[in-house]
Amino acid sequence: MYQYIAKRVLLVFPTLIGAAALVFILMRLIPGDICLVRLGSGGGSFDPHAIDLCHAEIGLDRPLIVQFLSFVWGFFSFDFGVSMWSGKPVSLEILTRLPISLEIALLATVIAILIAVPLGTISALKQNTWIDVVVRTLAIGGIATPSFWLGIISIMFVLDITNAISGTPWMPPIDYVPIWRDPIRNLSMAFLPAITVGYRYAAVSMRMTRSAMLEVLREDYIRTARAKGLIEKIVINRHALKNALLPVVTVIGIEFAFLIGGLVVTEQVFNLNGIGRLFVQAVQNQDYTLTQALVMLTVAIFVFSNLIVDLMYAWLDPRIRFA
Amino acid sequence: MSTTLDGRIALPADEAIVLHRSYWQATLHFCRREPLGAVGAVLVLIIAITGLSAELIAPYSPTANDFAAMTEAPSWTHWLGTDQFGRDLLSRIIYGARTALIVGLTSAIVGGFAGLVLGVASAYFGGRLDLVFQRIFDVVMAFPLIIMALAVVAIFGTGVHNVIVAITIPLIPRCARVVRSSALAIREIPYVDAARACGYSHSRIILRHMVPNVMAPFLIMLTAFVGQAILAEASLSYLGLGVQEPTPAWGLMLQGGAEEYASTAPWIAIFPGLAIALTVFGVSLFGDALRDVLDPKLRER
Repeated sequence: MYQYIAKRVLLVFPTLIGAAALVFILMRLIPGDICLVRLGSGGGSFDPHAIDLCHAEIGLDRPLIVQFLSFVWGFFSFDFGVSMWSGKPVSLEILTRLPISLEIALLATVIAILIAVPLGTISALKQNTWIDVVVRTLAIGGIATPSFWLGIISIMFVLDITNAISGTPWMPPIDYVPIWRDPIRNLSMAFLPAITVGYRYAAVSMRMTRSAMLEVLREDYIRTARAKGLIEKIVINRHALKNALLPVVTVIGIEFAFLIGGLVVTEQVFNLNGIGRLFVQAVQNQDYTLTQALVMLTVAIFVFSNLIVDLMYAWLDPRIRFA
Repeated sequence: MSTTLDGRIALPADEAIVLHRSYWQATLHFCRREPLGAVGAVLVLIIAITGLSAELIAPYSPTANDFAAMTEAPSWTHWLGTDQFGRDLLSRIIYGARTALIVGLTSAIVGGFAGLVLGVASAYFGGRLDLVFQRIFDVVMAFPLIIMALAVVAIFGTGVHNVIVAITIPLIPRCARVVRSSALAIREIPYVDAARACGYSHSRIILRHMVPNVMAPFLIMLTAFVGQAILAEASLSYLGLGVQEPTPAWGLMLQGGAEEYASTAPWIAIFPGLAIALTVFGVSLFGDALRDVLDPKLRER
């Protein structure tokens, strides 16, 4: 087991370094000189000497390999440099925006699991009945519906409903209050965005639960469990679901990283100042230091959620641990 | 013979159900077996034809402002109403179908075929090449699709062409990985050895012997990609980092005005989103049915 964990943890580094190399190369593909963009944005002429100074300041005058190593080192020591737009340290910019995004992501995950596992199971048990058709249609709908559109529609809906009931339209608050200070305000802010991004997440997990359940229900040990007279509830809960949930765990883990991608759009709809919005602003402002740090952050989230999934898998399934 | 998604080899008997029929018979069989898939296919066909013949169908120009008819509710003159510049929403949605399909199909097909070649080559040659390719796929796949696309847009800029590039790149490794696992199973089948013993060139073996046999998982991936690409384009355009005005695009139509006029003119927000959802819904229904037909492991469920 320990050997497996050690092996799996070590595998994280090649991917992270590879991703850092890719980001490094991409950022150097930017047409033109970053310093020219920076100095030329004022429109006036500038001293050619200023370009050399700017190069030295960002470190572009060093050999490429040194630049790359310091880039990777910065990444591991949480020093991402200074935002080219606001002038504040990138790590500070990210840390102030992270809590709101993390909260929505976690809430969406909880919502997704609560919807996906029961519905997926029922759908598999009642295969080819109307319940199955409804659940499957809901699931495909979740994959097809753009989350930002769902957000716009739900805001419209909430506005109209509250307007009809109380006479004044109510909008979810947009500023972040920690949950321990004002739980109601905090949750009323995070709830709608979480449902909006959670629907797609639930849809994907629901399909996985259904197909995994269908597969497991055909196994011999399910027939054995039924043959020895166990009541159906125990057969489903203890024998079938326990095994069917393994692939579902994978999907939930992988989709968690993609949730961050979904937040990029959803935060825009709800005007929330999370890392998704920060990302869009960084791209719009051509703030390359901030962009590369945020890209590396999402990659790190992906790599580590994969790691956690694999370790959980090993813990849940002894066959992997001892293989 | 073909393989299933996880690389298991299908029995020849399974194959007889799908192949060795005329196209009409196969289509008829598909419709009878997978009515939902047929509905999806028809939906996509209708949208594709609408997009292709936009000039003939659209009642108005998609870019013509009409300040006498701003934010008008749906009526007989403007079936789906008008936006804040008085542009006819129906016409914009019809032209938007073209943009969505151009971006969706081009990135799915280019990304899919690049992935197909890389995946099969990786499995066929094996060894160090395979190892290097796989590590590269791993790295690229660590970027969520929309994040990768945003990063590419950040570098090359916005516009239809750059959006296609931005969506194509992240699709390549996703296809290559699935294709590779199927191709690994194919490589072990004696006819590949036989082809090698005949002295055929590598490219001939890859193209004539291996590629046709990974078509089933490839086509399933390809339909999924079309849906993903259309959604990604809509998201990028919505953020203002994709297709730019005046090109009509569904995501772009939801930007700005849609939220501002949500309570007074909800149709501006509702219809373009419905267009996106319906298209991707159709593609997904068809893709699901295709998987059920082509993947023998799921058959008879």
